[in-house]
Amino acid sequence: MTDLIRMTAVELAAKIKSREVSAVEVAQAHLDRIEAVDDRVHAFLHVDREGALAAAARVDKGEVTGPLAGVPVAVKDVIATKGVPTTAASKILEGWRPPYNATIVERLQAAGTVMLGKTNMDEFAMGSSTEYSAYGPTNNPWDLGRIPGGSGGGSAASIAAYEAPLAIGTDTGGSIRQPGAVTGTVGAKPTYGGTSRYGLIAFSSSLDTPGPCARTVEDAALLHTVIAGHDPRDSTSIPQAVPDVVGAARLGATGDLSGVKLGLVKEFAGDGSEPGVSAAFRESLEALVKLGAEVIEVSCPHFQYALPAYYLIAPSECSSNLARFDGVRYGLRVGDDGNRSLEEVMSLTRDAGFGPEVKRRIILGTYALSSGYYDAYYGQAQKVRTLITRDFQKAFEQVDVLVSPTTPFVAFPFGSRTSDPYQMYLADLFTIPTNLYGGPAISVPCGLSEGLPVGFQVMAPTMADDRMYRVAAALESAVGTLTPPAL
Amino acid sequence: MAISREEVAHLARLSRLAVTEQELDQFAGQLDVILQSVARVGEVAADDIPPTSHSVPLTNVYRDDVPQPCLTQEEALSGAPDAFEGRFRVPRILDEEA
Repeated sequence: MTDLIRMTAVELAAKIKSREVSAVEVAQAHLDRIEAVDDRVHAFLHVDREGALAAAARVDKGEVTGPLAGVPVAVKDVIATKGVPTTAASKILEGWRPPYNATIVERLQAAGTVMLGKTNMDEFAMGSSTEYSAYGPTNNPWDLGRIPGGSGGGSAASIAAYEAPLAIGTDTGGSIRQPGAVTGTVGAKPTYGGTSRYGLIAFSSSLDTPGPCARTVEDAALLHTVIAGHDPRDSTSIPQAVPDVVGAARLGATGDLSGVKLGLVKEFAGDGSEPGVSAAFRESLEALVKLGAEVIEVSCPHFQYALPAYYLIAPSECSSNLARFDGVRYGLRVGDDGNRSLEEVMSLTRDAGFGPEVKRRIILGTYALSSGYYDAYYGQAQKVRTLITRDFQKAFEQVDVLVSPTTPFVAFPFGSRTSDPYQMYLADLFTIPTNLYGGPAISVPCGLSEGLPVGFQVMAPTMADDRMYRVAAALESAVGTLTPPAL
Repeated sequence: MAISREEVAHLARLSRLAVTEQELDQFAGQLDVILQSVARVGEVAADDIPPTSHSVPLTNVYRDDVPQPCLTQEEALSGAPDAFEGRFRVPRILDEEA
């Protein structure tokens, strides 16, 4: 049964549909794998063994059909799953079982997928390494002493370690793509508004975007199609048809990129990428040129201000969003001894329930929004966001997509960037501009540096998600997928 | 541009975070470094640039005004740290004299 865990979602769906294997066998093989390796990887915060086997049995009985019937999926713990613990990797939500499902969870169920459990992450999706999880970090399957990326390190590690063929992540500043890059897997951030945020525990509402994680570009496209599309329960959901990302991935896999123009952002050059990352990126670019693509240098002069703007906008929105964790309606309550006031109990609850990075961002956001500082910080960051959007729009008049390394460095050892929070923020240098603009972007493996995976990022215009899948699939056909060492 | 320990303490109070003295020492230095980095947005000449709060140009999105299923009272209270007679129970919010 070990073969089952190495198959793609496409292969599994076909074998289950033809009844060559049962959905229960597939679920059991993945649950066994989790049992065997997750004490070392720690990709999961909660494994729903009973729920997974019951869902698989329904598929085998023919009660559930759908394009991914019987295919297992892991879901990031920031997404509400009815009756299944959902903590956002925070102590403040320990033991919470949501009374409802996120829209994307309903869509996963309608597509016939089998949810294996909830994956580890940085607390409330704030971080780039999972070191800010209140329940301990996830270890990178490529080197257990290194970070799996973040915030969605658990989702990426679960597929890299063959614990699941598919996973759901959320991307606010790179939380799907950077973990994909450093674990040698594929991670896609759809167009903002292309996937519903209903039931996603909010961090930065104008940026948060759920999306797919997989081992192949086609698998990612399939999962993308299943979860995407208009949702009336999310007022920022785009009421338009989902681009044909599966068709685009299949077109790209034919290895022909004739006439496709790739934009190389001038301002990203010399921006502190490790030499091995730059080398793998350059080689991949040459591979794409051999497939017929044309490379054009473009200028995006405001991208250099994306990281500072993001670290004002995201903390500002988080300071407001996380006000709901007040020890009244759900989660932790601390210090309620009958004497203390509501305000004292709230303050004690929040100090005990939130970890250090969450507190830093709440305080930073409160500062950036306070009167006297608002114009200089939050207001100015919103103007810079406009200029970054214009940079993208201008670039896309000249080229079809923009390309860059996904993240400047390969998986780093635990503890090497936690003492200086800004050093951690630099992991998202290349991923953040897209979030501010709202367009889609994907990370696809493009080789190794010092034995560790490097990611190649493709950024596309808003609602042109298909373009990035085509280029990513073409690159995958040229450089192949990556296989981590045996665990 | 430096942020003082007193300012961080004030912001923590506004944020309803009962931070410890040790946390204050730690956060004040770290926030100072972060603020100096993010203050670079001020270098951009943007007086005549409109702000972007959101990338999706949708406004006033409403659903049709027809009843929809929603959580039951029991479901809504299921995660509460304390509930009483179908309500969320909270610590006192007024002084006894008031």
